[in-house]
Amino acid sequence: MIKKFTLRINKKSHTVEADENMPLLWVLRDVLDLKGTKYGCGVGSCGACTVHLNGIAVRSCQLPISALANQNITTIEGLAEKGDHPVQKAWLDVDVVQCGYCQSGQIMSAAALLKSNPNPSEEDIDNFMSGNICRCGTYTRIKKAIQQAAAKK
Amino acid sequence: MKKTDNTYSRRSFLKVSSLSGGGFMLGISWLASAKPEENLAALNVEPIWQELTSYIKITPENVIKIFSPNPEFGQNVMTSMPMLIAEELDVDFKSIVVEQASYNPALFNRQFTGGSQSIRSAWKLLRTAGASARQMILTAASQAWNVPVSELTTSKGQVKHAASGKSGTYGSFATAASKLPVPKDIVLKANKGFRLLGTPQKNVEGPKIVHGQPLFGMDYKEAGMLIAMTERPPAFGMRLKSFDATAAKKMPGIVDVFTIQVYEPTQKLAMFDTRSFNEVIAVVGKTTWDVMNARKKLNVVWENAPDTKEIINNRETVVPGGLESTSKHYADMLAMDKKPGRVERKDGEPEKAFEVAKHVIERTYTAPFLAHNIMEPTNTFAHFQGNKVRFVAPIQGPDFIANTIATRLGIPKENVEIQLARMGGGFGRRAYGHYMVEAALISKQANAPIKLVYSREDDVSGGIYRPTYQLTYRAAFDENKRLTAMHIKGGGIPESPLHANRFPAGALDNYMAESWSIPSNITIGAFRAPRSNFNAAAEQSFLDEVSEYMGKDPIAFRLELLQRAKDNPVGKNNDYDAARYMGVLELVRDKSGWGKPENANKKRGVSAYFCHNSYAAQVIDLRVKDGQVIVDQVTSAVDCGVVVNPEGAKNMAEGAAIDGIGNALFGNLSLTDGRTDQKNFDTYRMIRHNEAPKKIDVHFVASETDPTGLGEPPFPPIFGAMANAIYKATGKRLYKQPFGDQLS
Repeated sequence: MIKKFTLRINKKSHTVEADENMPLLWVLRDVLDLKGTKYGCGVGSCGACTVHLNGIAVRSCQLPISALANQNITTIEGLAEKGDHPVQKAWLDVDVVQCGYCQSGQIMSAAALLKSNPNPSEEDIDNFMSGNICRCGTYTRIKKAIQQAAAKK
Repeated sequence: MKKTDNTYSRRSFLKVSSLSGGGFMLGISWLASAKPEENLAALNVEPIWQELTSYIKITPENVIKIFSPNPEFGQNVMTSMPMLIAEELDVDFKSIVVEQASYNPALFNRQFTGGSQSIRSAWKLLRTAGASARQMILTAASQAWNVPVSELTTSKGQVKHAASGKSGTYGSFATAASKLPVPKDIVLKANKGFRLLGTPQKNVEGPKIVHGQPLFGMDYKEAGMLIAMTERPPAFGMRLKSFDATAAKKMPGIVDVFTIQVYEPTQKLAMFDTRSFNEVIAVVGKTTWDVMNARKKLNVVWENAPDTKEIINNRETVVPGGLESTSKHYADMLAMDKKPGRVERKDGEPEKAFEVAKHVIERTYTAPFLAHNIMEPTNTFAHFQGNKVRFVAPIQGPDFIANTIATRLGIPKENVEIQLARMGGGFGRRAYGHYMVEAALISKQANAPIKLVYSREDDVSGGIYRPTYQLTYRAAFDENKRLTAMHIKGGGIPESPLHANRFPAGALDNYMAESWSIPSNITIGAFRAPRSNFNAAAEQSFLDEVSEYMGKDPIAFRLELLQRAKDNPVGKNNDYDAARYMGVLELVRDKSGWGKPENANKKRGVSAYFCHNSYAAQVIDLRVKDGQVIVDQVTSAVDCGVVVNPEGAKNMAEGAAIDGIGNALFGNLSLTDGRTDQKNFDTYRMIRHNEAPKKIDVHFVASETDPTGLGEPPFPPIFGAMANAIYKATGKRLYKQPFGDQLS
């Protein structure tokens, strides 16, 4: 059913008319033109679509729009107002990126990890980040960037 | 170049075309384009830019833009190719603007990403472009100041005349310089004069990526654009019989549903025209979600397809009908091993050597189909209007598919416009641009700009896979455990992996290589280091076992064979440089502390391989705990000639290690009755963070050799190093990939 929803994304309010089952991923990408959140699998298995829901990392492909009213949603575009989140800075400093497609999701997961666990061990990073797939194989650089962001926080 | 069956020649073709046609012909293309106003119009940039060769534009304000010609899929040519230009142009790399060039064969050379050839084929051309532009600026400055060019120097985008103290920006001379002819006899810097090349430079697109800017094909949108997806047969060997779209068309947001024929039945196909299914149902609607839902409402009747004839590379090929299964594939491959193969190479008297051998080791290795699993699913934007079509496409080989698109749509090739989108991975998958043909046909029929999107399930279950392979290695020994002969026999479904002239050919007096293949309707294509990605696994595992039988250290044994190939090679067609091969083995031995007492307790395996003109060797240290592999360290040694951007190069080699470990342990696409058993990442096992090596050390051989390729070469040997290290850790030799489920 098509309904009207009001969503709070990156501290701004958006009114959207959409199928109540439409996952947040497609609302962001196709309706609101926020393309930083990526489609990778649609089944919550790859993490490319990771956003923050009330500060917690979630897979936006698994969240129907009807469940999101009055909740705070943060996407990669709103992670830091000036785009200078410690994780983003560390990502550039470590030169993590290869193709880059999975990296929005990796960064959103990493930022959520550091919020709940400011000094993660290697094992903590492995456990938390294992839902985010990277085919290019940037995992070791991602770990280094997370450690660097943690150290500078 | 050896003549082989056409199914072997995909990659060889690239090698030939880049060496014979490439450089010179295309070098002229930018020399010929000395009319800036035409090029500006062609490239649709603001006229304030002054063009100095088709690669460089400068504004009077000294904003310097460098176009990166080749498609970018994560190999970071958008950083390394502009570095080649910037070195000779003599500008501050951090201050320049880099832009992805559109596909334009009149202006740019070899806009193809594949075969690890981008830097190799651009090495002199792009530096010449930079040096030519610098020369034009110097000439303009010399005319403006009325001083000889020989008294002028440049530094970071400035021209200086020491005697008069005058200085000016490149931009201030750009207008005058752009009107000058492009100079002919350009002298490039000697390697020792490089100031930028060889220094680590960060990925120029990094800032855009970490802020989620829309760079990828999947992110493209324009006014009026609709979303299209295609419904395809559920199994290889099936085709569309009939369908009813009544219910689908009633779904919200749906604009149209119709079928398209990707190619005309009689259309002659080229090597990169591969597609899994020719007739598909297109569903066109407003949002991706609308279209995904409507697909579920299609009522489709599929039927088994008969054998079909296709003309591929001017050769009639029969694609067999039938629903194939993995279990039968492996049985069929074993049966092929018992029959005589096609002899690809024979040195000495291998049959006799095996007849008189005192001991023979024979091992058979297999590997499954692999799906590319590009993180950005297949997609493209297309808008067909009149007799023109415009794309924004993630595509590795725009030139190949532009021909096919023109033929299929009956329009001139010049009317195919392709803007190159950043690719979320490629690994060979996006060398096959059938999706652009599909999108153009859908746009034409829907009479609208469309973006064609594949779901992850579409990508995994209807892909253009790495073939299934098998190789049997045999080694003959005399009574003193001396290696007297080797015999390799291998094939695949539907292509053989054999490289008959690779090491250890050339190092053995008696050697034979035989090949076979089994026709199949499973579509296959290039996958990061085609064929090599399996050959290295089998060959390097086998050499390990042979060295163990002979009581020799695995690295010393390989070096011994290579020394023979270097000093007194057997045969004439050996396609590797034994000295460079030895170089990476020696480097990895030294850097890993191989054989040192402090490493005595480590469970380590070594492997080395040559492909795509470069050499790589790795030592892997690992443990196996509760059936799980824990990789503690990868030491990687690479000889790819001159390293342009050490940071990007290290990232590539690290990624190759992780990608290789993942595919060695888990990579597997299997089929039951033509249907893939894996459809998405919940069933197709990919390596994840917790399975990545704890540490990766990458070392490059210091070299003056022109660059020879990097994206693929460090990938294949990983498979062998994994097998050999797992043997050390478990006492178990593994012959069947993937290894991951054989450890508990």
